[in-house]
Amino acid sequence: MADATGVLVIGQTSDGALDSTAAELLAAGRAIAAALDEELSIGLLGDTLDVPAQQAIAHGADRVYAVNHPLLAEYQPDVYLAALDALCRDANPRVVLISRTPEGRELAPRLAFRLGVGLAQDCLEVSLDESARTLLANRPVYGGNAVAVVSCERTPQIAAIRPKAYEPAQPDPSRQGQIISFPVELDASQARTRVVERVQEESEGVKLEEARVVVSGGRGLGGPEPFAGLENLARLLGGAVGASRAAVDSGWVPSSYQVGLTGKAITPDLYITVAISGASQHMAGCSGAKCIVAINKDADANIFKDARYGVVGDWEKVIPALTEAVRELVDT
Amino acid sequence: MALKIAVLAKQVIDPEMPMAAFRIDGDAKRVVPPANIPPVVNGFDENAVEAALRIKDAQEATVTVISTGAEFALDVMKKPLSMGADELVLLQDDAFSNTIDSFLTAQLLAAAVRKLDGFDLIICGRQASDWDNAQVPLGVAEILGLSCVSLGKKVEVSDGKARVERIVPDGYEVVEATLPALVTVSNELGQPRYPTLRGIMAATRKRPTVWSKNDLALDDAQSEARITLRQLFIPISDQECEIIEGEDPADSGRLLALKLREAKII
Ligand SMILES: Cc1cc2nc3c(=O)[nH]c(=O)nc-3n(C[C@H](O)[C@H](O)[C@H](O)COP(=O)(O)OP(=O)(O)OC[C@H]3O[C@@H](n4cnc5c(N)ncnc54)[C@H](O)[C@@H]3O)c2cc1C
Ligand SMILES: Nc1ncnc2c1ncn2[C@@H]1O[C@H](COP(=O)(O)O)[C@@H](O)[C@H]1O
Repeated sequence: MADATGVLVIGQTSDGALDSTAAELLAAGRAIAAALDEELSIGLLGDTLDVPAQQAIAHGADRVYAVNHPLLAEYQPDVYLAALDALCRDANPRVVLISRTPEGRELAPRLAFRLGVGLAQDCLEVSLDESARTLLANRPVYGGNAVAVVSCERTPQIAAIRPKAYEPAQPDPSRQGQIISFPVELDASQARTRVVERVQEESEGVKLEEARVVVSGGRGLGGPEPFAGLENLARLLGGAVGASRAAVDSGWVPSSYQVGLTGKAITPDLYITVAISGASQHMAGCSGAKCIVAINKDADANIFKDARYGVVGDWEKVIPALTEAVRELVDT
Repeated sequence: MALKIAVLAKQVIDPEMPMAAFRIDGDAKRVVPPANIPPVVNGFDENAVEAALRIKDAQEATVTVISTGAEFALDVMKKPLSMGADELVLLQDDAFSNTIDSFLTAQLLAAAVRKLDGFDLIICGRQASDWDNAQVPLGVAEILGLSCVSLGKKVEVSDGKARVERIVPDGYEVVEATLPALVTVSNELGQPRYPTLRGIMAATRKRPTVWSKNDLALDDAQSEARITLRQLFIPISDQECEIIEGEDPADSGRLLALKLREAKII
């Protein structure tokens, strides 16, 4: 078999278009491919891929493998894996990049095991050790208390990259690339799990992951009622409400509100934390926020180490005054 | 026939220890276990034990806990037994100390599952709070060819199927998987039960089955590491926090709003 070469990005699509996470991967992959002086390709799975294929080229892909199959119209892990496994074996890339989306969290480890190789999980940054042509991946470990630099020993070297860790490159519609239709044989009986019901719990309004402003509450709020106050403040700022795991575990808000290592990773311009102590596992989900504001009555709370602005005080006094002042400011 | 359930559980450094106690040995590339703070069963694995015991409450079932590592605090690892699990199997060998490499860990656990003649259902935690890999269970499912569902918050078994409420970003979905299946669970499953006095007494009397590398027929290719740890460090934040101080907390709140407006953040 020929030597492995190039970078293969596994790209997701949503609503018939290239997902933003795929554009992020193409930005990360472009730099690695350039350092390797090899090609950047993308694998797309679905049943209508023309539009996302063109978008992928505009975003930097040299080659698109369009894996078209009716069974790939909707995500099902076993079927998707069969397709990815076939694609990786055939395309024989040196490096594979997957986004750690909800789907990627399942696919990346299983694909690595199926190929008998290692996976650098949850990476915030990937670079190339040029002498050895080895991928170096930076990833938080121990709940965000430490950072590990890891490399993979086998080919393909696979890295799962955290969504929003990279900025998508600006698309250039004049870029040229090659679109290859990649045939796969799939069978509905490969699916060993089946979704029988979907239940939506998310609050209305701005989505937490997309909000430019997020106001989160923690255990120090003492109950579910104060979250109404945070909703008010968030609404004035056009933002969304989040929570610490302690608030979720107490049953005050649904788990879809949780920010952190095992909750949502958010990257708002402004993140206001209210009565949250700033445990590393919480901060792991908001380290990409541009400006963190902490409101906590304990001056020694860890949250002040990561915050840009802080108020040491009781939220019961601070929040109503802050909300009133914000109301006046946004009205003027 | 009784349902055969395995729970894969790992011993980890207590992730809730005070941050000041968190130390690493950068040269040895390892985290130094804090003195005086005992290790714990990984939190999500306690949720996994709870998930298994809830099934056992509802139908005839046996629960076997399996763990691999270089060394164990036996009293810690016996906690699942005192909660109500039936058996404990420890895969213990100095060769099992590299736990950042999920590949070997998954091979070992899969080998033990085979040696125990397989299970109808294997329940794991969503991730281990040391390396936060979230990888070993999916590997075990791949190696053994099991149906696989991750991030469960409720697990039930009937008619040869596992029915799992699986957490997704905007709520949850109900997924059916044919048995044998592997399911990972998250803390949304709810509080693990406390050991009862009777449970603790029973656990004291139980002896774990201990297997070393020689007891598990792994070939060399399965034991080679797939991941190398090049460096381990504690990130330093250079963030300076500006504390807004008004005459009283309400005044500080008002000043904060003005500050954010001045900085053009709102
Ligand atoms: C494996 C693992 C994964 C985890 N994942 C996550 C995760 O994804 N997200 C997450 O958030 N956590 C996570 N955690 C939990 C995390 O370690 C902390 O326990 C949690 O974040 C604490 O939540 P908290 O800050 O709300 O509560 P606490 O730590 O109890 O802090 C409450 C704060 O409120 C302040 N306070 C109290 N009263 C007032 C008042 N009247 N006015 C102002 N301030 C007040 C206190 O000073 C204190 O600082 C995880 C833990 C583990 C082990
Ligand atoms: N050494 C181990 N022994 C037993 N179970 C493990 C071990 N490592 C991981 N697991 C299981 O796999 C889950 C995810 O671990 P990880 O992939 O390491 O994050 C854990 O919650 C356990 O259920």
